[in-house]
Amino acid sequence: MQLIQLSDWLLDIAFLLYVISSIVFVVSMTGKNWAGRDPKQHEKRFGTIAYRLAVIGFIAQTGYVIARWIGGGHSPTSNMFEFMAFLDYCIILAYLIIYRIYKLNVIGAFVLPLGVIMLAYSYVFPKEVTPLIPSLQSYWLHIHVTTAALGEGILAVGFAAGLMYLIRTVPQQVSTKSTKWLEVVLAVVLMLVGFILMESTFARMDQKTVFEMNQPQPNVFGQMEKVKAEYTMPALVAPADSTIIQAGPMSPLFTAPSWMEGKDAARKLNTMLWSVITGVILYGGLRLIFRKRLGAVIQPSVDGIEPDLLDEISYRAISIGYPVFTLGALIFAMIWAQEAWGRFWGWDPKEVWALIVWLFYSAYLHLRLSRGWIGAKSAWMSVIGFVIILITLVVVNLVIAGLHSYAGV
Amino acid sequence: MDQRKCECGHTNPVGTLLCESCGKPLVIQISEQTAFPDMRYEGMARRSQTYTKKMVDRVWNYFSSVKIAIGIIIVILIASAVGTVFPQQQYIPVPVPTEADVARFYTNTYGTLGTIYYQLGFHNLYSSWWFVTLLVMLGTSLVICSLDRVVPLYKALKKPRLNQHKSFLKGQKLFAEGELAQGTDQAELLAGSAETLRKKGYRIFQTDRALMAEKGRFSRWGPYVNHIGLILFLVGVLARSIPGFFLDEYVWVREGETVAIPNTPYYIKNLQYTTEYWSEDEMPVKLELNGGVIAKNYQTDAILYENKNADLPGAKPDLVEIKNGPIIVNHPMVHESLYLYQSGMQEMQLGALNFNLIDLKNGSKEVGKIKVDLYNPAQEQVVADGIKVKVLDYFPDFIMGKDGKPATKTNLPKNPMVAIEVLDEKGKLSEKMVYLQGSILTQKSDPTYGIEIKMPDLIDISGINVRMDKAVPLIYFGSFIFMIGVAMGFFWQHRRIWVQIQDGTIMMAAHTNKNWFGLRREVDGLVEQMKLPVTIEEKSKA
Ligand code: HEM
Repeated sequence: MQLIQLSDWLLDIAFLLYVISSIVFVVSMTGKNWAGRDPKQHEKRFGTIAYRLAVIGFIAQTGYVIARWIGGGHSPTSNMFEFMAFLDYCIILAYLIIYRIYKLNVIGAFVLPLGVIMLAYSYVFPKEVTPLIPSLQSYWLHIHVTTAALGEGILAVGFAAGLMYLIRTVPQQVSTKSTKWLEVVLAVVLMLVGFILMESTFARMDQKTVFEMNQPQPNVFGQMEKVKAEYTMPALVAPADSTIIQAGPMSPLFTAPSWMEGKDAARKLNTMLWSVITGVILYGGLRLIFRKRLGAVIQPSVDGIEPDLLDEISYRAISIGYPVFTLGALIFAMIWAQEAWGRFWGWDPKEVWALIVWLFYSAYLHLRLSRGWIGAKSAWMSVIGFVIILITLVVVNLVIAGLHSYAGV
Repeated sequence: MDQRKCECGHTNPVGTLLCESCGKPLVIQISEQTAFPDMRYEGMARRSQTYTKKMVDRVWNYFSSVKIAIGIIIVILIASAVGTVFPQQQYIPVPVPTEADVARFYTNTYGTLGTIYYQLGFHNLYSSWWFVTLLVMLGTSLVICSLDRVVPLYKALKKPRLNQHKSFLKGQKLFAEGELAQGTDQAELLAGSAETLRKKGYRIFQTDRALMAEKGRFSRWGPYVNHIGLILFLVGVLARSIPGFFLDEYVWVREGETVAIPNTPYYIKNLQYTTEYWSEDEMPVKLELNGGVIAKNYQTDAILYENKNADLPGAKPDLVEIKNGPIIVNHPMVHESLYLYQSGMQEMQLGALNFNLIDLKNGSKEVGKIKVDLYNPAQEQVVADGIKVKVLDYFPDFIMGKDGKPATKTNLPKNPMVAIEVLDEKGKLSEKMVYLQGSILTQKSDPTYGIEIKMPDLIDISGINVRMDKAVPLIYFGSFIFMIGVAMGFFWQHRRIWVQIQDGTIMMAAHTNKNWFGLRREVDGLVEQMKLPVTIEEKSKA
């Protein structure tokens, strides 16, 4: 009980440190062109501070993992909150490893904000420690999920370096297909930010909208019961076949399609819509302030870095992440599935999406090694690869719920 | 056929791009290569680059192309993604007994898109002929592409190339050249360079005026090893269709019952089924479950028997106990290659009906107890001295048939209807009555005997999934080989550095299959340490 409390505090501390570290990183990159400064020295000084903050944050998060593991009696990877927080942990870990190899701390300027977004995303899910249902009681499950998360974390660093490569190299003088797509990627990142802003703002206000499903569902005892769905954000979209029992700040504009099953599917769709809307508003606002493409805004802060090095880092991260991901998300998953259900593969949506991620990175490796896809093409692939990972984590959980979907999501 | 003779006097096999002996590029028309040949196989002849005329050649070349392989991978990727848009037939939440029901399910639930999805066969995508064809094509490509490259790779790696033609060195991505100062001790320079590189873990091959340093040669085999792993994996997947390799049966077993497992000589007995729930004090934090519970364990205590008479048709089963123990989720019962999984349950199902027979004429005194086992009703039972009860008719899942006669829908006792007759010893008295849906109908208006309904016996039924998959070890083995190959290829790199002295100039060249940064650092280190008078040119990557 106390351990769980402690772990919550440690995670909050880690979160705070990652936020500060991100800010310092941004200062280290943007401030180097401020008047009266030696750019190299400025970057080095602030970069080192930011890096150290990240390390302390990482130690705090390690404390969280250990405390929650002991306190909860199982690895903290058994529900969506725990998984996302653990994935975040792996992203930071991968960053620290890559930093050891290349000593390029500016990578942190991209990885840490990503870490902040991931951790903030995890806070949206129910945080409580739940005891494991029988099908999750297997040490193979823990090995599988932790290794898969580690693989995804390393691939995320490959994405960050790839994105930096693009920002560094895509010419911003004229508008091209590359600049447009780069803006799309940045807008998507802002949507995640928008989501977190909305979620944390509305969670503090007392303005829930509550729906009740018209069709009763059997509960765990087999009794029929009408389930309720509680929205923290204003309702744009109502669950199919439901009635409002507590009105919120606005009445829903339309109803979710009936195949979005479960009381939470519509709530998540609602959340996603708000995220997109806020992301677009954020993006538009920034464009208005800067009066240029966001890629062009960020570009000067990365102009000192050699593109070839970014390319190399991105590839390195992917070539380390790929085997780890294969082992965790496919091989260990197969061993566990064989133990739990007697079939190592069942074409369950989550399994299929792990396969898709794997096939995509296999194609990346072949294109790079045998067809000379290096530089921009390779960087785009690393960005797309991570988008597919995000789809597996977010969309597949949201819309396509399979066997693996965690309880309470 | 035309054998290519190089100016150095060596005769090369058809298709060779760089002379096997001296490394000078050969002008060969068959190959369309205009730039310096790709160093991956160091210009060794490859079948797919040499023959293009016959049908076999075309097929061979098709499957040995990495471009095609990537195409196949991408198509599989997209198809797989499409298969997750709506659930596959096996994951449809409601039972759909006929094909028409399946079609209706997709239309009703997902609308027009669902109809299209069904009609295109996406509801069974992963076992569709075209998806399996794609997998087979991938396998074919893996085999052919490996064969196409393995010999050239072997040749390229076997013989360290020393004393290469200048154009070979110049063709490398990393090349350096410089005049040696008058009076430099060439032998010492080479020996010193060799020593420096040896310290960095290189293997040195040397003649009096040239040296080649090499590292991580074995890593070049990584992709081949991992492809062999993939091939073994795919063979394992195909092996499951061999008779006797794969078994997937599902049996429902009542508590106390012994049933035969289809297609095997085995029988299973369910001793007891239990579900456990997490108690509140076992939970690390207090949860708001709203009166709900969280399951902790599903367990069937079972005995596995083997029928020794399985091969004798018509013989009575001779059951020998083989294993006795629990079957728990995630902990199957294992016997040789047979695995028994806890995979379903129906709790609190009707097992037997209980009644009290009462004497209505005699102050409603209880005469005796009647038990009707719904799975195996006794024909006749003695209830008390001189009084018997006979089961006349039994319908486990009663419905009124179309012809107006009672019938049963299934053979599970979901809605039992029992007709019984009470008889006394002398055969004087006979009263018939019927039990249906919790009430009793009597035939006579003024019967002697009446029936009181008691609590029925409830039993649990376990769903046991019985599987055998003899290909699993091969599949694990293939995965293991794949991982070894990937590790070989990713965590080590193949690097070669040439240093050659010719007429007072020193030439250096270097090649690696990946991580040019690391190689560059090592070359720079060498130049610095030996104070070599060279300028390095690095051709751009792409
Ligand atoms: C899903 C299927 C496949 C997977 C997972 C896979 C995986 C890999 C991996 C991990 C590498 C090493 C890459 C590196 O070291 O950077 C590789 C290399 C390679 N693969 Fe595949 N591969 C697959 C299918 C194929 C197919 C069908 C072909 C046939 C054309 C092929 C041809 C090659 C070639 C030519 C190399 C480079 C070998 C070398 O550099 O010596 N792969 N593959």
